[in-house]
Parts: sequence; C-alpha cells; structure tokens
Amino acid sequence: MSVERRTADVCVIGAGVVGSAIARRLARTDLSVILLDAADDVGSGTSKANTAILHTGFDTVPGSLESRLVHEGYQLLSAYAEEAGIAVEPTGGLLVAWDDDQETALPGLQAKALDNGYAAAELVDAAEVRRREPSLGLGARSGLWVPGESIIDPWSVTLAYASEAVAAGADLFLGDAVVGVEGLDDRHRLELGSGDSIDATWVINAAGLRADDLDAMFGHHRFTVTPRRGQLLVYDKLARPLLSSILLPVPTERTKGVLVSPTVWGNLLVGPTAEDLEDKTATCSTAEGIAVLRAAAEALVPALAREEITAIYAGLRAATEHRDYQIDLAVSERYVCVGGIRSTGLTASLAIAEHVAGLLAAAGVPVDERGGCGPTPVMPPLGEQQCRPLFDADLIAKDPAYGRAVCHCERVSEGEIRDAMVSPLPPAELGGLRRRTRAMNGRCQGFSCAGSVERLFGEAATSEDGGDR
Amino acid sequence: MKTPRHRVHQGPRVLDAEPDVVIVGAGPAGLSAATELRRRDVESVLVIERDAEAGGVPRLCDHTGFGLQDLHRSLSGPRYASRLVDESLRAGIELWLSTTVTDVSSDGVVTVSGPAGIAVLHPRSVVLATGVRERPRSARLVPGDRPAGVLTTGQLQQLVAARQPLVGSRALVVGAEHVSYSAALTLRHAGIDVVAMTTELEAHQSVALGAWAMRSMLRTPLWTSTRVTSLTGHGRLVGVEVEDLTTGAQRSVAVDMIVFTGDWIPDHELARRAEVPIDPATLGPLSDAWGVTPLETVRAAGNLVHPGETAGTAALSGRRLGHMLGANLGGVSPPRKGPPVRVVADAPLKWVWPSLVDPEVPPRTMMLWTSTFLERPVLVVEQGGREIARVRLPHGTPNRSIRLKVPWIAAVERRRGPVMLRVADDLSASPGA
Repeated sequence: MSVERRTADVCVIGAGVVGSAIARRLARTDLSVILLDAADDVGSGTSKANTAILHTGFDTVPGSLESRLVHEGYQLLSAYAEEAGIAVEPTGGLLVAWDDDQETALPGLQAKALDNGYAAAELVDAAEVRRREPSLGLGARSGLWVPGESIIDPWSVTLAYASEAVAAGADLFLGDAVVGVEGLDDRHRLELGSGDSIDATWVINAAGLRADDLDAMFGHHRFTVTPRRGQLLVYDKLARPLLSSILLPVPTERTKGVLVSPTVWGNLLVGPTAEDLEDKTATCSTAEGIAVLRAAAEALVPALAREEITAIYAGLRAATEHRDYQIDLAVSERYVCVGGIRSTGLTASLAIAEHVAGLLAAAGVPVDERGGCGPTPVMPPLGEQQCRPLFDADLIAKDPAYGRAVCHCERVSEGEIRDAMVSPLPPAELGGLRRRTRAMNGRCQGFSCAGSVERLFGEAATSEDGGDR
Repeated sequence: MKTPRHRVHQGPRVLDAEPDVVIVGAGPAGLSAATELRRRDVESVLVIERDAEAGGVPRLCDHTGFGLQDLHRSLSGPRYASRLVDESLRAGIELWLSTTVTDVSSDGVVTVSGPAGIAVLHPRSVVLATGVRERPRSARLVPGDRPAGVLTTGQLQQLVAARQPLVGSRALVVGAEHVSYSAALTLRHAGIDVVAMTTELEAHQSVALGAWAMRSMLRTPLWTSTRVTSLTGHGRLVGVEVEDLTTGAQRSVAVDMIVFTGDWIPDHELARRAEVPIDPATLGPLSDAWGVTPLETVRAAGNLVHPGETAGTAALSGRRLGHMLGANLGGVSPPRKGPPVRVVADAPLKWVWPSLVDPEVPPRTMMLWTSTFLERPVLVVEQGGREIARVRLPHGTPNRSIRLKVPWIAAVERRRGPVMLRVADDLSASPGA
C-alpha cells in the first residue's frame, strides 16, 4: 500500500458543523483547502446528536465571543438555510417558571437577553403560557417568550457546508485522523493514522472533542475538553401536536433542566442530560438517563406518558473549563485553534467561520472570496413543513420514483434514496443515509422497510465501488 | 381459473367513479374484507397497499401453518398470501400497489400518493387494515450504544426476503412466543447461531410441544425471567447485558446480533389522523366484532384492532367486517337500539376485543389477552358495580389469546356504563358483591 502526501494552503481538522463551515468559507477564496475527519462521514461527532435548535443567543454570557458569534450566526444561518432549502421552523421558545426560584429568575433572563442585543423576549403570565401551550402540566406560574428561538435540521447544515466546500474545490478526506504533527520551516506536516500525510501552511483545529489533544500536538495546553454527555429521547410524531414551541428550562442555581422541543421532522425531543465524563466515545444512553428524561417530559407535558418513543440517543458536547469559545490564532505558528464550542456551535457556525477568516486576514492571509464558486447547494426537503417529494404531484409526474414510498414511517421515496446515493457526499454507511433522507429513522426503525432501504443502499454503494471512493 | 391481473396497478389511477369502499392495507385482514365485500355485491372495492407486493406479513414468513383458521388447510406464508391475493382479484377487487395512503379524514376522505401521482378519494366507507409492528429496541427503552446488528423479526424477515446479507454469527432472540421461534428459525437458516432466547416471563408462551421441538432442533437454551438491560458496541454490536429478574444478577453475553420479537403495537397512525377513538389497552381503534368504530365512515379490522393475533384470525375479522359492511351498504342494518357498550379488562388482563359490544347483537366470542400466566382463572364480569357473571376460564398464557364465550352478554345493560372483566381467585362471589 503506497502512502500519499497531499499539500494545501489550509488544512481544517474536523468536519463537524464548525470545521465544515470554516472549510466552506476558505474554499471560496484562492486558498487550497483540505477538510479532514477521523470519522467516515461529515458531522458524525458532536454535530450529529444535539438538540437541533437555532438559538437567538438570548441567554449567552453578555460581552462574550460566544454571545457575539451566536447573535451573528443566527442571522447568517437563518438566511443560509432559506437559500439552501434546509428546514427551519420559527416556533419560538417558552421558558416556563414552575416555582419561586424560576419565577424570580425570569426578569433577569429578560434583562440578559437585552444585554445580548435581543429585545424581543417578553414576560408572559400563566394564562398566556396556557394559551400558547395548552398541553402543559398544571402549575405553570409565568413564562418568558422568546419568539426568535427556532428549530432546524442540523444534519443538512453540515452536509450543505461540506458539499459547498467540495464544490468550491476543497478536498475532503474522511476516515483518517491526525496522529502526529511535524513543524517544517514554512508548513506543518500532519501524520495520519493511515500512514498518509498532509503538508499544510496553515492548520485549523476544529476537532471538537479532540481539540485539546490536537492542541497539545501543537504544544499548547490551553484547555481540557470534558465530554459532557447529553442523552435525548425522541417521541413519536403522533405526539407533535402536543407542543407548538420549544419549552426551554429556566436555569437556576440548583438545576439547568431539560428542554422539550419539536423537531423539523415532526417529532418531539426531550433532553439533554448533562453528565461530565472522561470517555470521549461514551455515546451510550443509560437507564437512569432515560428515566430522568421521561419523568421530566411527563411532568412538563403529561400526555407524553401515552406516546411511544421513536429513538434514544446521546451526544457529547465539548465542554471546557472556560465559559467562552476558545478561538485563537498564532501568526508565528500558522495555527488556529477553534475550541470550546459547546452547544451553540450549530447556530454560530457561519459566524465562527467569518471570525476565523477575519483572524486570518489580519495575519496577512488572503481570504477574499473569489467569484465563480457556484450557487448555494439546494438540499433535499426533509422538513415536515416543506413539500416532501411524496406530496409533490409535479415532481412525481416528472419522475415516478418520488411517488414510490420506501420508508413508510418517514415517507421517504425511492427517488430520494437514489439522489442521496449519487449526491456529492454520498453516505458511506446506512447511518449516513438515514441522516440524509430520514429513511429508517421513524417509529418502526426498519420493521417495514429494512429490506428495501438496505437493498437500495447496497446496490448503489456497489455500483460505485468501481469508482474512486 | 386465470387470475385477472388487469386490476393491479401502481396507483393511483383515474377511476370511472368513486369507489364504494377503500381498504387500506393488503394483508390478510384487508384482502379478506375486500373479497367478502365483492361477494356481497359491493360494486367497487379498492385495496391500497404501500408495499410493492400484496399479502402482508405472511409473505415474509417462510414456514407452514398459515390458513388453518380461515382456509382450513396449512400453507406456507408466501403461498397463503398469494392465495388471498388471487382470491380477492378473482372476486373483482381493484388493487393499487406501491401506493401510500397519506391521510384519512374523520369523514372518510382518503388522500393517496403513488408513482402515478396524488389523488383524493371519497368512498362511501373506509376500512383501515394497517396491521401491527413489533416495538423496536428504542420503543422498549433498552439503553446502551446504538450499534448495527439490532433488529426486529420484521426487519430480519425483510432483509432475508430482499436477499440482503445478514452480518453476524451469534444472535440473541428477545422473546419466547410464536414469532420469537420463527425469528430463531430464520436466523438458523441463515447460518447464525442462536445463543439463547430470553423472556421476562417465567416460561415461554408458545405451544408447548412446538416450543420444545423447536428448541431441541435449534439447541438453543431459553432464559426465563431474564431482561435485556443494555447493548454495547461501537459500529457493530459486541455484547448484551442481561439481568436475572429473580436474583438481580447481571451478566454479559457476547453476541453480534439481537432480535427483538413480539411486543406488538398497532400501526394506528391513520386511525389517529382520522380521529377514530383509540382503545388505550390495544392502542387500536375502538371497534365492535364487525370493525364498526365510533366514526360512521371508518371501520377497522385485523391486527390493527386485535394486535398480535394470527394471520388467520386477522383474515376472519376482515371477512366478518366485509360481511357486515356489505350488508350495510346494501341497505341492510342489524337492529341497533342504541350506542354500543364499552368493554374493558383490568390487570393482569391486558386487553379484550371487541372493545365495543351491542347486547342485542353479541359477538360469538371475544379475545382476551393477559400479561401474566393464569392457572385456570376465574373471570368476573361486572357492569356499574354489579357482577353479571363469574366463569372458569382455561389457562391463560401471555401473548396468546383466550377465546371467551359470552353467554352473559344478555345481562349487559346499555346504560350502565362499561363492562369490566377481571380475574378472581374463586368461583364464589366475594362478600361485597
């Protein structure tokens, strides 16, 4: 097996939502860009298992970098999602106070929102809380209504960024991790697990959970990533009518609480737990976690006790000892560390990319966007509020494959699976197909469709094996 | 006789007129209802199936024993399925395949989508025969990692039928009822070693002789009073944690495949969209023995209303529905003097069906499911705090039904509220009654 050495002006390590956004931004310049990830798909670490919320940043720490980037990122991603056809629903968020502590905290949160440049948060009384969410349990005292909080399809965001980066000329390498860094005169040599290597003038560390390990390879010990596990329950779509907005917890001294949120796919999601761990691969759910989340969900929305659970998963947030993002550029080292991006990375992603581009520009790197990078990619309509192919008579008339449902729970057609398999970033595994199409993500988890979905996946994957994969 | 295939389409297509009846689901219940409706001279009966082939679950069950109840012979699953399809086509139904019913409204308007486009139908009556599914791992709240190699029986049979490779060499089968043995057999045929079968109950719930024969043939131990508590494996399943419910002892089992069997839940999405009242015990629509629900235009049959019964039982409930609906559409209605009476079952009984009965038009039998083993239990029938019957039942086994004769139904009064079934210790009435 021959080893290869590739060269680029910039290597972005980590193809999560943040790394992909940075790669997209830099690929649209005259720089040559490599985007690298240890996993076999983009967005398969922290970006895969989150609460899928587009935050206004109303409750970030005022004056922090996170506050600014979430605020800017919210605007940027809202506009981008609309252009790319990525599902967003402006459901609004409602913080509900159930006791004295929480009720006392609400005015402070409203003031904090103002400090964060968000003026639309509004205190509402118990009657208004009930009017907005009639399925809530009894005993709500009052609330804070945050109309800008929205839900989004997080998987399509990372896919869109990475697709766009690739379309603009970036090279994407998956399934290979950096195991060593060698400093040469004018560049870094990144040794990879496969034996291949990458020579890059600039390296951008967007490695998420592994950002501290990679930072150490560059001789820094700025922070330690403590994986914070968040377990999440997804309720059946039949539960969706129980809630119209995101029920956000009121953080108090004692507890942070969990949220109950609709998803753009038409489910309700409950979570996350917050468990500080040591193992950066511990994405397992636990009996205790499930019990805690069910109890919390049923306390907030009692009717959930009668609904089925479609999925249980857990993600790890890259928490550090710092309260703010850790973004730093070292000119002499030609190295940018983008660490400590906790749960707001999805919302802030485009602003983080702009921020990094700004830091690079200040360091003399030419990051002006060049023309001719092509339009924003249009992602498949996966949102429940979008016109899905099975409901699109014109599309079916053009191609009957869009009228042939394969995954019945999620109403995914044969045409959509075919499209995903020939997309610029085809899935390497069934899990990737599920994130790209929703197939097998529904209540039956493959009881009725495993045969046809896996057959379509297998056929398409085999027919591509002759090519360069 | 040659089967008229010209009535099979990838729907929807333009019809000359609105169908009299739209049946959702071409499994044993839907097909049997359709055949019976045609035999009752209902002009146009349209069966809509979301899969590319009709026949339902038996299509994927490659073992014998199908058809005993409704056709009085034993056939393999696929042969049984194709017989039901052929019979219904000969009877003159219209069948749309690969066509999804995306909505049924409470007044019976049906929206469908398929390779030929989207259509809205306004039949005189809608029959839901959407069947059941097994609860997958997530719905059973089994914690742990999310590796590959975690299946339901349905998924397993789908993969085998689609000739997809089964990756794995050692499997654990969760469940010890009929379907669990079927899963074990399928695994065995695929060359996969079944390490054990587990059940949280204290014994298997299949037919004694069959279970014994099956296990000796498979050489598979049955772990009773055992619960799966966690799954391990990144990418691929490597192990399962199980707990002995008697001792509380935990241990790990090295398997790369786990099949969750049984634990049926009706596919009730369309029923709920149509706002048919749902029985909280079965989670299927409330209905009488003829599939009549509280909604005038929507009826329901098969495992949607009695989840987990055999294909033959589903076929018979479909046939009964067809018989009555055919008569009703022809202008004949049974003498109903008022609304039906609700029947409920108290723990450890799990559910009873029909969930609605008319004292003047009683069902011949009822199906009664229990959550625990019952040794010749005594069934007490009460209404409005009044005991109306006390009878000795045969043994009760979970995941199989007890067939209940209902001579007591004459004592049910329409206005005394729901009829409650519960089990008691002995045949003599309690002092309070």
